[in-house]
Amino acid sequence: MDDLMTVVDWSRWQFALTAMYHWLFVPLTLGLSVIVGIMETIYFRTRSEKWLQITKFWMTLFGINFAMGVATGIILEFEFGTNWSNYSWFVGDIFGAPLAIEGLLAFFMEATFIAVMFFGWKKVSPGFHLASTWLTALGASISALWILIANAWMQYPVGMEFDPAQMRNVMDNFWDVVLSPVAINKFFHAVFDGWVVGAVFVCGVSAWFLMKNKRREFALDSIRIAGWTGLAGIVLTLWTGDGSAVQVARVQPMKLAAMEGLYNGKVGQEIVGFGLLDPSKTLNDGKDPFLFDISIPYGLSILANHDANTFVPGINDLIEGISLTPEGDTIRTESYAERIAIGKRAHEALRDFDRAMTDGDTAAMAEARARLKEDYRYFGYGYLDSPEEAIPPVGMTFYSFHIMVLAGGYLLLFFILAVISSARGGRLWERKWWQWVAILTIPVVWICSEAGWVTAEVGRQPWIIEGLMPARAAISAISASTVQLTFWMFAAVFTALLVAEVTIMINQIRRGPENH
Amino acid sequence: MDRTQTKSQAHLRSRLSAFGTVTHRIYRFYADGFRSMTVGRKLWLLIIIKLFILFFIFKLFFFPDILSRDYDTDAQRAEAVRESLLNR
Repeated sequence: MDDLMTVVDWSRWQFALTAMYHWLFVPLTLGLSVIVGIMETIYFRTRSEKWLQITKFWMTLFGINFAMGVATGIILEFEFGTNWSNYSWFVGDIFGAPLAIEGLLAFFMEATFIAVMFFGWKKVSPGFHLASTWLTALGASISALWILIANAWMQYPVGMEFDPAQMRNVMDNFWDVVLSPVAINKFFHAVFDGWVVGAVFVCGVSAWFLMKNKRREFALDSIRIAGWTGLAGIVLTLWTGDGSAVQVARVQPMKLAAMEGLYNGKVGQEIVGFGLLDPSKTLNDGKDPFLFDISIPYGLSILANHDANTFVPGINDLIEGISLTPEGDTIRTESYAERIAIGKRAHEALRDFDRAMTDGDTAAMAEARARLKEDYRYFGYGYLDSPEEAIPPVGMTFYSFHIMVLAGGYLLLFFILAVISSARGGRLWERKWWQWVAILTIPVVWICSEAGWVTAEVGRQPWIIEGLMPARAAISAISASTVQLTFWMFAAVFTALLVAEVTIMINQIRRGPENH
Repeated sequence: MDRTQTKSQAHLRSRLSAFGTVTHRIYRFYADGFRSMTVGRKLWLLIIIKLFILFFIFKLFFFPDILSRDYDTDAQRAEAVRESLLNR
């Protein structure tokens, strides 16, 4: 068991490393493509050389970022086949279909139109060029859509039936998978977050030009576009984030409880604005989970249910079986101890199915299949020995969530000031301290974005597929040393590539907009 | 009959010629684009290095698709996963 958990932990760290590295580039691609599209649209309408220069400068930086991100996501697919082979098989075509569509779209749409964006300035008409720029932006978002559909299914598995003969979940309703409310919310949340990342990047780089007293007009024009894009992006990100919180309260209430460090819920539950968790806190020890906290009355009830006088279950409540319906009503459902018993019953049914299949006994197979279907919803709980094992790491989930929220609030303020200032002639942007603020906001927005993913992924532990498969069942029978070796190889190669690529980006920024 | 055949051959020739022109134009579009690249050359070099490391080192030596490598048929893979999931 210890060796298995070592493989699981190292594989999770490896996946986290590669996913977070991949996510350094994706949101900037999503955001910068839209900003470049807006800039080129202004050029198309005005035919002003100034806007052509602005467009080409940011388009070059978009191209560098795109190249930096190329193929970084493929590593995740390698890991599925090697480290997570049980999971890869178990999810069947549900994961494969969206990823295949994403691969085809990414290749045909982005690759074709990106070529026109960069090679086509004097070769195609301005209208076709503009269309290609927008189609690149659209292609990037559509690629993200399919990946996020696959991810959302892991958080909220719908539209499938488990076939014990194939040992796979077989998609029985494509539209349930694609139009899952979790998927839709996740998609818009991630795309708008990309707009914010792109906008902060443009504002920060432009502030650097202002600080160096270079290309003032270019910088202020860029800030004007980025400011509005960022403001729209952050407002929409907060709105979809609110939608995500409602979804999480319904379909992953344990994640919400961990996000808030909430052990015992109540009606009119407050939300922790800032808090320091007591690291010695254990389940049922009666201790206050916080050493210090500042809370907003009724906040969590409003966030989870859009109603101040509703109940939000905590970790202890959920373990006891008190939860919320999809409509937000409080219900008593199976306790976690009962779920574990049901999960073990489902395992027994699968074992019986296996025996019947070996014996060629079709009647027994049908009977075992029916029993398995009945208990399948808690199949993953059968791997747990105690309800405590179903609790995600509270500390990491809580802090990542609060870092994301605090950074998101700061970004809203930043863009309000950025937009007001540029509308009033940009006087604030002439101030040195504000230029520093804009430059230092670049790492803040990435920390915010990555923290969002840490919340989403750590908060759903121990599940790789919610309720159906914990990480320890998903792992392949491989040695921990192999995973450790490849983890450090990835870390070394990624660091070297990142340094090389960021150096190219900085050099290109230093050259300024005249040389594009 | 001969006239119809000649006509369709001429039509085919013109279609092939048009296809050739389009193909040539696409080729020229990419060739000129790659030739006129500045920063893009460095990026392509990095992309090629990255793809080489990923596919010819990582994938080939460290990341086999375990079920495809160890089993020949889907039925065997399903059996292996069933056994693994029932013994965790």
